[in-house]
Amino acid sequence: MTVSDADVARLAAHVHKAQLDAQAIPKLTNEHPDLSVEDGYRVQVALQRRYLEAGHRLVGWKAGLTSQAKMRQMGVSEPSVGFLTDRMAVPEGTVVETSTMVHPRVECEVAFVLGADLPAKGCTVEDVLAATAYVVPAIEIIDSRYEAFKFDLPSVIADNSSSARFVVGGNPTRLETVDRTTLGLAMVKNGELLTTGASAAVMGDPAAAVALTANLVGRLGQQLRRGMIILSGGITAAFPVAPGDHVSARFQSLGVVDVRFA
Amino acid sequence: MSAPVTPELLNALSEELFAAWQQQRTIAPLRNRAELTLDHAYRIQQGFVERRLAAGETIVGKKIGVTSKAVQDLLEVRQPDFGQLTSGMVVPDGGTLDVSKMIQPKAEAELAFVLGEDLVGPGITAVDVINATAWVAPCIELVDSRIQGWDIKIVDTVADNASCGMYVIGEAKASPLDVDLNLAGTVVKVDGEVVTTGAGAAVQSGPANAVAWLANTLGELGLPFRKGEVILSGSQSILLPVTAGQTLECIIGGLGACSVTFTNGSAQ
Repeated sequence: MTVSDADVARLAAHVHKAQLDAQAIPKLTNEHPDLSVEDGYRVQVALQRRYLEAGHRLVGWKAGLTSQAKMRQMGVSEPSVGFLTDRMAVPEGTVVETSTMVHPRVECEVAFVLGADLPAKGCTVEDVLAATAYVVPAIEIIDSRYEAFKFDLPSVIADNSSSARFVVGGNPTRLETVDRTTLGLAMVKNGELLTTGASAAVMGDPAAAVALTANLVGRLGQQLRRGMIILSGGITAAFPVAPGDHVSARFQSLGVVDVRFA
Repeated sequence: MSAPVTPELLNALSEELFAAWQQQRTIAPLRNRAELTLDHAYRIQQGFVERRLAAGETIVGKKIGVTSKAVQDLLEVRQPDFGQLTSGMVVPDGGTLDVSKMIQPKAEAELAFVLGEDLVGPGITAVDVINATAWVAPCIELVDSRIQGWDIKIVDTVADNASCGMYVIGEAKASPLDVDLNLAGTVVKVDGEVVTTGAGAAVQSGPANAVAWLANTLGELGLPFRKGEVILSGSQSILLPVTAGQTLECIIGGLGACSVTFTNGSAQ
């Protein structure tokens, strides 16, 4: 193994500091060209431990890089996962300080809230449908701690898959009452349409992204639990935000979620 | 260098477009040939369409183009354009289309409206459009250009009948009251794989707004807009390549789907 446990601990501390200081760092593979996807997850797990030891609570998980648009935008070819804590959850109506992040971007997604645990291995779409209590619309604020938002898969995984903040809102809706693959979305910034999309952009079915998340998280020795929120992945590409911006996600059937930036 | 704009010139350009369409070849952009205005371009379009009607087709509806901000920026305009749909452009839902009979086709996903009443502008609002709509359906438009390399500005595409090619209307249909016109998700699949998605809000903030614009514009031009006409309300997707051998499907949430399979002449 080329990346030792001591390396992992050091890299986790390095990423942690970059996140806290909102300071861009070179991608980890510059220094550790051998860093694998698995090593990236070792760093992420160590990073999670650091947050939990600081008193943060694990509230859910996110699937990242699940749409063709996102994979194309970031130049990677497979999805990733990241953990969500209570401190990342931004209540609707809050003004988010962009100065607490390096170069924040926003994307819109369907968030699943679990009414039961999901299997950590062999999780299927059927398992996800059975375990989902409801869905809500979400805006995820992502932020890469890497310079110029440029990274590879091991580096982005170590950086908790660019997780930063998330806002959920709208109308809690039973998944079985909507067509989960054709939920339409209009993303609006400062009154101007940024883009439109539909939920099938996420792996053809956002529930498939949740099943994938359950299996990836299972490989980390963890599990998607009852009560957790799972962000199923951006339907659109991610858009940069600046102080003064007001972003709205208008979802078919699920309602609207808003966030403002200072 | 520019020729004076005379009725003879407009007529000659209509003839040139019609001939290019008949012979499946492209011509040089029109915008450099004379100081053509949008009004001139619609007169050229009218001459082009009249030639198709004289050759045996009938008018079956209208299409609205240039409805997204991105395309408006590209063509340096602040409003949509329209073209006239003729009977020869119809492809049945689930049918095949021989793309060797088109010049440089591209595909778009849209919502189609069918009028249950005449809609006579000006003065038409989006509410009037909804009231006059018999039903809406998913639609795949295959746009095509008689202009070399799609090198178009607004007068080129308007003269070229808004780059009309062929279109497919889904057999799935619904009242506009039963579909979320602005937020229903539009999913485009090629051979079963999702290639792009969108929603009606991409079209003038909502496709009924685009149809109202059309009714008002036709009213000002004195062109009829009749019960039974089909309106392709504007693209909700990116422009997609058209490849022989592939099947393209457009699904609109809460409404249904339509599809077309592309073939290549005898190769089918």
